[in-house]
Amino acid sequence: MSAELDELYQSIILDHNRRPRNYRVMDDAHVHADGQNPLCGDQLTIWLKFDGEQISDVSFQGHGCAISKASASLMTATIKGKTRDEAERLFSKFHGVVTGVHPEDAESMGSLKALSGVSRFPLRVKCASLAWHAMHAALAQYATAGEAAPVAPVSTE
Amino acid sequence: MSFAPRSDFPLLAAQPSLFYLDSAATSQKPRVVLDAIRNYYETANANPHRGAYRLSGAATEEYHGARREIARFLGAADADTLIFTRGTTESMNLLATAWGKQHVHRGDRVVVTRLEHHANFVPWQQLARDVGAEFRICELTPDGHVDMDQLRLLVTANTKVVAFGHVSNALGTINDVREIVHIAHAIGAVAFCDGAQGAPHLRVGFDALDVDAYAFSGHKMLGPMGIGGVIAKRALLEATHPYQFGGDMIEFVFDGDTTWNALPHKFEAGTPNVEGAVGLAAAVRYLDGLGMDAVRAHEVALTGYALEQLAAIDGLQVYGPAGAESRSGVVSFTLGDIHPHDLSTMLDVDGVCVRAGHHCAQPLMRALHVAATVRASFYVYNTTTDVDALVASLQKAKARFYAHA
Repeated sequence: MSAELDELYQSIILDHNRRPRNYRVMDDAHVHADGQNPLCGDQLTIWLKFDGEQISDVSFQGHGCAISKASASLMTATIKGKTRDEAERLFSKFHGVVTGVHPEDAESMGSLKALSGVSRFPLRVKCASLAWHAMHAALAQYATAGEAAPVAPVSTE
Repeated sequence: MSFAPRSDFPLLAAQPSLFYLDSAATSQKPRVVLDAIRNYYETANANPHRGAYRLSGAATEEYHGARREIARFLGAADADTLIFTRGTTESMNLLATAWGKQHVHRGDRVVVTRLEHHANFVPWQQLARDVGAEFRICELTPDGHVDMDQLRLLVTANTKVVAFGHVSNALGTINDVREIVHIAHAIGAVAFCDGAQGAPHLRVGFDALDVDAYAFSGHKMLGPMGIGGVIAKRALLEATHPYQFGGDMIEFVFDGDTTWNALPHKFEAGTPNVEGAVGLAAAVRYLDGLGMDAVRAHEVALTGYALEQLAAIDGLQVYGPAGAESRSGVVSFTLGDIHPHDLSTMLDVDGVCVRAGHHCAQPLMRALHVAATVRASFYVYNTTTDVDALVASLQKAKARFYAHA
């Protein structure tokens, strides 16, 4: 089991937890969305800015466990420059990997592969997915309302 | 420091490398409880109160015999004032719904404390909202006790009820029940006590406490899940409308109206949880065998040892009262800036079961300025070996988490 912990809390995760990337409020964002897990009190906000179809900037802030924070940080680093469709497809792939349904996809996720160890800890899948659910909600809001309107918080409970 | 033998608890006996430190959430069950439930179904199962045949009589006797044993254990002479429920949550909802809607009106005041579990917070908050009463929360002293000076000020002439926990599930604080009851009674309010964390660990002595109602959960005191109850003063129960309607709780049903059965039946609609009552009776017999004074002494010693060992871990902060004497077997803490859920996952890998989160006490967590804590809680089967495993695992977790810092 210790090897599984080594995989879950590998240095890249601990580093992103301690020094999260893109950790800031974005004043000129087109949309933002809150993600919260009432069970453990984790809460974060995702901001997105677009250039046409492309996500031109993404940031987050909030508090939570190392897994949720590192996952948010890695997500922002990964989806910047991707199109909305690409970001959604990456979420599907990421979800398949952390839930252990499609472990084979881990290799094609770039630095997100660091989170594949979550699949051994089913109770922590919600932590790893929190930022992604918030991003998904923000994208959906953008798709329907364009650059208007705030987004209702999404919950992983 | 072995107290209740691990071999008495089948789950613990089968998993020797499990360090179960989450008894404030639910306790493990001794074999005598499991045997009592099985024996009931194998020898006496029928629907109580209904049949004129002997087996139904046997089930009825099992059920009320259990009630008498549990009432005696909790120090209530009048066993018929012990109402069986699913547990403390249902008991507090019964009081807030049945008694509360009838006795609390617009402009009245309802007082709770900052320590309350959601089960003794939300029912009163919602009652106050529904009837237009004022809902007030008594704050804590810096060491995690109810601020009694503030409570005396909060309990004003229009206060109808003070609802408070015997022991805090999140911090372990033991409240001064008699003094809180005295403050409530001084202005004519009733005092209701949430004993979910009290009854398993302390001698309750209901009649001597003078509290108007005391709620408890069987599963936290070695009994099965799904059974618990509330003991209340007879006059209060008799002056309160029924909570639920159905079989058993009625006397005569006419086309236009119904009369109610005597206590305790008036508050026990439907087929009762006989196996739960029988299992809980076996649990209190087991606790009596250990002796509640010895249970308390064991927990004070173990909690003292844990507080001492945990204090030696640099960066670990314990919440709640300073000494083991003023808390039950609960230790809530954080370690550096490691999130409690990360700690819990790391401890779990070493077989150490602790609770991480807000402990169903979000208003308290906000006041402490923490999103969550780790909680280790002890009971009769825990030993210093469990504490040592916790401490060793915390040291490992800390080394892992800060390895690259």
